Amino acid sequence: MEKRYVSTTNACKLCTPLGATLAFRGVQGAAPFLHGSQGCATYMRRYIISHFREPMDIASSSLGEKHAIYGGGANLKKGLLTAMQKYNPRLIGIATTCLTETIGDDVAMLLAEFKREFSELPLAELVHVSTPSYSGTHMDGFHAAVRALAMQQCRDKAAPHTSVNIMPGFVSAADLRHLKEICLGFGVEPTLLPDYSQTLDGPALDEYQPIPDGGTTLEAIRAMSGAPGSIEFGVGPERSKNLDTAGTWLEKEYGVPLHRLGLPMGLRRTDSFLDALSQVTGAGVPAEMELERGRLVDAMVDGHKYVSGARAIVYGEEELVAGLIAFLSEIGVVPVLVGTGGKGKNLGASIAAAAGDCLAEPPRVLEGVDFYEIAEQARELTPDLLVGNSKGYRYSREWNIPLVRVGFPIHDRFGGQRLLHLGHRGALALYDRIVNAILEKKQSDSPIGYGYL
Amino acid sequence: MYASILEERKDQIHRIGAEPFKIACDRDSLAGAVSQRACVFCGARVVLYPIADAVHLVHGPIGCAAYTWDIRGSLSSGPELHRLSFSTDLQERDIIFGGEKKLEAALEELIDRHKPNAAFVYSTCIVGIIGDDIGAVCKRMQEKKGIPVLAVQSEGFKGNKRDGYTAACSALFALAGQADASDVPEISVNVLGDFNLAGETWIIKEYMQRLGVHVVASITGDGRVADVQRCHAASLNLVQCSGSTLELAKMLKEKYGKPYLRVSWNGIEDMAESLYAVAEHFQALDPEIMNRTAELVRTELEALMPKIAPLRRDLEGKRAAIYVGGAFKAFSLIKAFRHLGMRVVLVGSQTGTEEDYRELAAICDQGAVVIDDANPLELSGFIKELDVDVFVGGVKERPIAFKLGVGFCDHNHERKIALEGFVGMYNFAKEIHASVMSPVWKFVPRRANRSNSKES
Repeated sequence: MEKRYVSTTNACKLCTPLGATLAFRGVQGAAPFLHGSQGCATYMRRYIISHFREPMDIASSSLGEKHAIYGGGANLKKGLLTAMQKYNPRLIGIATTCLTETIGDDVAMLLAEFKREFSELPLAELVHVSTPSYSGTHMDGFHAAVRALAMQQCRDKAAPHTSVNIMPGFVSAADLRHLKEICLGFGVEPTLLPDYSQTLDGPALDEYQPIPDGGTTLEAIRAMSGAPGSIEFGVGPERSKNLDTAGTWLEKEYGVPLHRLGLPMGLRRTDSFLDALSQVTGAGVPAEMELERGRLVDAMVDGHKYVSGARAIVYGEEELVAGLIAFLSEIGVVPVLVGTGGKGKNLGASIAAAAGDCLAEPPRVLEGVDFYEIAEQARELTPDLLVGNSKGYRYSREWNIPLVRVGFPIHDRFGGQRLLHLGHRGALALYDRIVNAILEKKQSDSPIGYGYL
Repeated sequence: MYASILEERKDQIHRIGAEPFKIACDRDSLAGAVSQRACVFCGARVVLYPIADAVHLVHGPIGCAAYTWDIRGSLSSGPELHRLSFSTDLQERDIIFGGEKKLEAALEELIDRHKPNAAFVYSTCIVGIIGDDIGAVCKRMQEKKGIPVLAVQSEGFKGNKRDGYTAACSALFALAGQADASDVPEISVNVLGDFNLAGETWIIKEYMQRLGVHVVASITGDGRVADVQRCHAASLNLVQCSGSTLELAKMLKEKYGKPYLRVSWNGIEDMAESLYAVAEHFQALDPEIMNRTAELVRTELEALMPKIAPLRRDLEGKRAAIYVGGAFKAFSLIKAFRHLGMRVVLVGSQTGTEEDYRELAAICDQGAVVIDDANPLELSGFIKELDVDVFVGGVKERPIAFKLGVGFCDHNHERKIALEGFVGMYNFAKEIHASVMSPVWKFVPRRANRSNSKES
């Protein structure tokens, strides 16, 4: 169902280049760079900082009026030189904005010129991606940047090795760390692209790092073409056709087998992920993980009566909401409405697939909508629970129902970057939070004030 | 190739005492340097945002509206339309065929839905390129809907934040004079350049009430369209916040002959001086006003100073850095820090003028650094070199301070604690104290390393 209004109120999406800057932040020694006016970089920095509580430097070509008329090439080149001088990056990830896309700057050509003009200097690697903010959402920008990194850095078929490629999508820093841990359990060190688990969640320091430590190394990215397999998380396997991603490209170009899965949220999807890892690595599921799975199932039984039948509104990026539906439907929560600002990704089919046989009736799915429309439709559905990022808080307050915070941005709570969503462990963490949100509501609404629930 | 201060940036930094005063400013940001500045749109949006009974429609792709949705602490005593984020969310086909139709339909929809008292339409970068005539659309909708519909020419790339302030002031000025103001008393002011963060405008309005001065319009904190429409009648304009609303005061002076005063509601001296300046202005009309002002200042200080004293004992000798949007606030903060026994060793702003920086240099100690349009690398370099204990800035500066193990006070639009007025000075002192005196600094590498080296 597409939105019915012309105007947008309280968007349920962010703009395309923001996703690209996040992906670039997950590459070791990389500096994100926006080709556009100064405000874009500053706004996105501020927004990202409010969630991660970490420095997020984004350089900008700072276009002014004359550049908009005569082209932004000169400022782009000057900006790249300045960024190289100041940050000494190994790679600069350049994303365009609506301004530079519309004035028609040919970034690929400008970069080729730049490399020729300054060929005597030790230049950083340059990766560019087209991210006009009038097309798609921050998730499209994120995936496009990951694809650009693979396409522009994996230039040859690398020597075969045993490390598995994982393109996790936009997940938390804690999720990235957990994915690595899971892979290590299978005896392989994965190449996560991107990996901002440290660059956006690092330790206290004595010296400011122009580019924070951590991230996927360029060597690892270049070796992705020699991996035994790629695992790419998206909305779900039903979306595998006609997709153009880092994973599909590596498969087509270098024959790296691709396993495209939904975000491993909840029991069944984590099982699928572990199966895929088994296939790629040839190793069995480690005993510790079997135990973790068992704890999750045990908790789902212990808590099922608290959550059973609770009606939930779920909103956010397509991939995240599909993952949430997979999990919520397993634990007996009834998702009644799913909303996203993105569109054109056939989310309805993904949601139906995610719920599988756990839901009697699939939730209403709204694509390309804002919070105004989500709220308008949600009111009549008498929800008990909201699951999504901080932007739904005003509705949680208005309807006096709990908001379980997941995803991005979380800027009205502490520790959003450390929330775990993925794997059996992430499901258990999320399960605890959902049960407790419902218990807390029950307790605070009760005239008796039960101290034992 | 690493260098924390680039050759091109050197003349925008001045070290007091090391050389005769000289600083370059009011330049375009250096491409690639990660300026802390924003854009024209940001300047306009910041100034107009708190007007609570207007629809603020951002005409452009979604980002500009998304990143400015309900992020500020500007409070309203009534309607809260300003806390909603309206956008035309332009898509590719709008870029190709033009966005005017969509804008007109969106305006109609939002005005019908919310019945606002005015609508502001902000143009963003792309609107300047595709050539939508937002002025014409606004004019049509104004006639059709019978409310003011104002075009704010704030294409992001057409200048810097200050140009956005100008665009906002032009829109406000267009509203002024639209309503009957014959009942406005002679002893009356407009409060300009205060955004009612955490209710700060209310503190100032309460002081004005105690002085016996009528406030016609607060522009724009807790702002209302009808007040702005009557603001031309106020006898005096009180302008805080150097860049943002001075231009409006100048316009009002030129057209309506109303004088303005530059004031600051931050710190102790500046707060008191601002009140006395208001009193002096109206003294001839109200001979008692000076006494009432003195009484107010005395009462407030008697309550404030004993509360600050114990905080000062702990803070004595600590070192502060200030990096804010406009330079005017920095003056008040430097003085405020003196009351806490602290020294300001680094002061800078995004948009200060040469005159601002000259004055800042004059009131800071030898060795302090004055900086224009700084960036994270420069700021972090100076934090370390000057051994700063607490940094005052906005959310973009916070992670720089925290990463290096330095205290922080948010003095920007997102703050939820009132820092203006005498009560605000106490809140400021408490906040600085809470940050500087936290035990966590013992464990950050910067301090931990130092105490190790002292012991060895």
